[in-house]
Amino acid sequence: MTEPVLKVRDLTVDFPGTPDRVPVVRGVSFDVHANEVLCIVGESGSGKSVTALAITGLLPASARVGGAVRVKDTDVIGADAEVLRRMRGRDVGFVFQDPSTTLNPVLPVGRQMTEGQVALGLLAKRDAAARAVELLREVDVANPEGRVGQYPHEFSGGMRQRAVIGMAMAGRPGLIIADEPTTALDVTVQAQVLGVLAKRQKDTGAAVVLITHDLGVVAEVADRVAVMYGGRIVETGQVDQIFAQPRHPYTAALLHSIPRMDMTDRRLDPIPGQPPSPASLPKGCAFEPRCSVGNGRPKCLSEDPALRIVDDASASACHYWRDTPTAAAPAEVREISRNVPDQPPLLEIRDLKVHFPVRRGILQRVTGHVRAVEGVNLTVHAGETVSLVGESGCGKTTTGKAVMGLTRATAGDILLNQQSILGLSASGMRNARRNMQYIFQDPFSSLNPVKTVEDIVAEPLHIHGLYDEAGGAKRIAELFDMVGLSPSMFGRYPAEFSGGQKQRIGIARALVLQPRLLILDEPVAALDVSIQAQILNLLEDLQKELNLGYLFIAHNLSVVRHISDRVAVMYLGRIVEESDRDTLYDAPVHPYTQSLMSAAPIPDPVEGRRRQRIVLEGEVPDPAAPPPGCAFAPRCFRATEICRSAPPPFERYGKTESRAACYHAGPLEQVEQKATGT
Amino acid sequence: MKYLHVILSTLHALLRQTGAALGLGFLALIVLVAVFADLLPLDPLGQDFIRSLEGPSRDYWFGTDELGRDILSRVVFGARTSLVTAAGAVVIAALIGVPMGLIGGFFGGWRDAALMRMVDVMMALPAILFAMTLIAVFGRSQGAALLAVGITGIPGFARIVRAQVMSLRKRDFVIAVEAFGGSAGYNMFRTILPNSLSQILVQVVVLSSVAILLEAALAFLGVGVPPPTPSWGEMLRTGKTYLHEAPYYAVLPGIVLTLTILAFDSIGRGLSRLIENPGETAMQGTLK
Repeated sequence: MTEPVLKVRDLTVDFPGTPDRVPVVRGVSFDVHANEVLCIVGESGSGKSVTALAITGLLPASARVGGAVRVKDTDVIGADAEVLRRMRGRDVGFVFQDPSTTLNPVLPVGRQMTEGQVALGLLAKRDAAARAVELLREVDVANPEGRVGQYPHEFSGGMRQRAVIGMAMAGRPGLIIADEPTTALDVTVQAQVLGVLAKRQKDTGAAVVLITHDLGVVAEVADRVAVMYGGRIVETGQVDQIFAQPRHPYTAALLHSIPRMDMTDRRLDPIPGQPPSPASLPKGCAFEPRCSVGNGRPKCLSEDPALRIVDDASASACHYWRDTPTAAAPAEVREISRNVPDQPPLLEIRDLKVHFPVRRGILQRVTGHVRAVEGVNLTVHAGETVSLVGESGCGKTTTGKAVMGLTRATAGDILLNQQSILGLSASGMRNARRNMQYIFQDPFSSLNPVKTVEDIVAEPLHIHGLYDEAGGAKRIAELFDMVGLSPSMFGRYPAEFSGGQKQRIGIARALVLQPRLLILDEPVAALDVSIQAQILNLLEDLQKELNLGYLFIAHNLSVVRHISDRVAVMYLGRIVEESDRDTLYDAPVHPYTQSLMSAAPIPDPVEGRRRQRIVLEGEVPDPAAPPPGCAFAPRCFRATEICRSAPPPFERYGKTESRAACYHAGPLEQVEQKATGT
Repeated sequence: MKYLHVILSTLHALLRQTGAALGLGFLALIVLVAVFADLLPLDPLGQDFIRSLEGPSRDYWFGTDELGRDILSRVVFGARTSLVTAAGAVVIAALIGVPMGLIGGFFGGWRDAALMRMVDVMMALPAILFAMTLIAVFGRSQGAALLAVGITGIPGFARIVRAQVMSLRKRDFVIAVEAFGGSAGYNMFRTILPNSLSQILVQVVVLSSVAILLEAALAFLGVGVPPPTPSWGEMLRTGKTYLHEAPYYAVLPGIVLTLTILAFDSIGRGLSRLIENPGETAMQGTLK
């Protein structure tokens, strides 16, 4: 076998902490060969990003690094700064998570892309401009000659990330390290960027280390997978093997806990508890406290299992890997659409429009409008979950905020219990707000940091003067119980809680006024995969118990499929398709819905390869200057003349449940897929 | 309750920084001595003419002044003058400046524009000239110095609170209060204000040291607190006159004044560090 491009042996990293140093990476070993993609997957705190930084010697001076790392023929650990600088420029390329902070805002993109090469003397200064154009062309940026002199703010998010990939590959390095390269991007853009990364990797034959928390992305791009937990690799193997037959209980549990877009509904099987903090790792196996296989076996409690080869090419760090469950959890199909149609809807949104003025110049004159929401109709019944899905900027969050009265509606009407809540007086709105509540995406910023969690949950009662009437501290304790927290946590502050616990506190606070409608704005997007399932299950239970109506706003198609009864897909301020969940997922008729579904990565490598993909061109247009006619026409594979002239009406498609806004609505044809797929 | 939590946890975190802890210690000493000065065997006004302008001795540890008064006693009682000026000025500035910043930052628009133009006018007043004008009109008094520093301190509070409010009001936990029906007033005073407390504390510390310095400067110019009330600035001024006869005269007031300002400074720096590294206090662990 040829010599690997990257060889990591017994890598350890610890950081200063009080009172002892905190071990973040605890003995990691792996190889990556040329033409190979290794995905390192893990939750926050698993040590995956620190491993990547250690490989290239980019850790801060306070970190203590042990073991051996060899990139081509450079020993990284203990190397001096000059050697590392040469190695990074020649042998390693980086792609970081957020393309908007990776690029220097005051330098033209083209110059940045070749800067490193010029600095290392690998490229003559006068050739730099021509080379930059070539690099942009290689990553499929349209009109590279025009783009090369532009600044990062003139690039969209997806184009920036392509430029970063182009920059990383400029010197044809043997090793590419990509740390969550698509996490900040929308699904359709993520598909483009992953495509570009794969293409450039094939062209240059580089070895790629891709770090991610998204098992869908892993299934899509990986050749080999390393699963990290508590600072160690707990399982490695070929991608198909890992997904088909995991050999470590953590991998198996992770696969069971994520909602799947391509699967009929089942109750999620969450991993109990929290990922361990590196500062307080359990004795023995780090996963033992959450493990269904270990379950208190003495060997698991006392001895941290070593990573050893178990069969063929898989390696697992588990004493009892043979007991790892493989079959999916027993299916518990949730019936769909339990709403009674003759019951009046809880919430009705009629032709809602929200426009924001764009002001320019010193006189702050209104020069145009951002049409964030442009005519949305939607109803939510009690006990029903209606989801709004779409990419960033499609207006889904604005719709939710307008319903809550947090953003002023420009036109249209919103009815709660058949009463209009637009134009209500301040006290009328206060009363209306008792019936609906909002749950925020980011549990870290939605709780007041200087209040105790008891006060936070009780605050709505105090504001409405209902605290004593509702039962005071006893009522708060009840709510804590309901969301799975202990009342013994009353006196603590938000900072002392983990993300999942904070989201539970946010849910308890939303429920304290006994609302009938919850607006959930990406309630699990900021949480670790293993915690998402816990919260989703909690939301389902609460809905059943309290007959709540949910307006669920999300971009994650798998989560939406799991939780919804009905789904509406938004694009640039309008609903383009709405249907009951299964019809929408199994037989989408709008080309945008079809593209969205095909772009979303699914955590199944075999199925993923079989699937045809539609990779959309371009990105979501600017809502201040939407294209004439159908807003999706410029990216659509079915667009014809009529689409560009007038916006299509939102109509029922045939005799189905679905309604769509498209002149050419219809199921995806095989031929079409061939024509547009890559 | 929530204010207390913020203050206690800030104090706790401050005490873990050496510089700030030393500053707090010195300041605590000055405050204690000033408050309980009457209980000490000290007499700032008693004159012992025979022993005027004497050097340090068993009876007078830091010597006597031109009227034979004990310099140590006068420095101790002078602390009262300084601290009262500082406290008064801070109270005036905070009581007016904080609501201005809250209202301007929270509502924006014309209210903000009007309030901020007022702030601009106040910023244009040089504190010492303004104080001398007040003294010219109302005569020498502690009140004039206190009022002058207080008024010129308003812009500092207004601007800092406004900036803080503007960043906080976009945060989810403020919007959450709005979403469950909290009024604007509730949000401003019960949600945003407690979260701005550490920034306000920094401003309190900064203005206190400015006030003490200005009071000393006015006294040094001979327009401060009327005699015989002891004041550090006044003692420095007289000390300068007797520089040849009694070089030790100004030593103690000079050192104490310098250390007090340094103490405020190190506390201020400690507070700023806490704001920059929110992980160090429990109250702002949001970024953990």
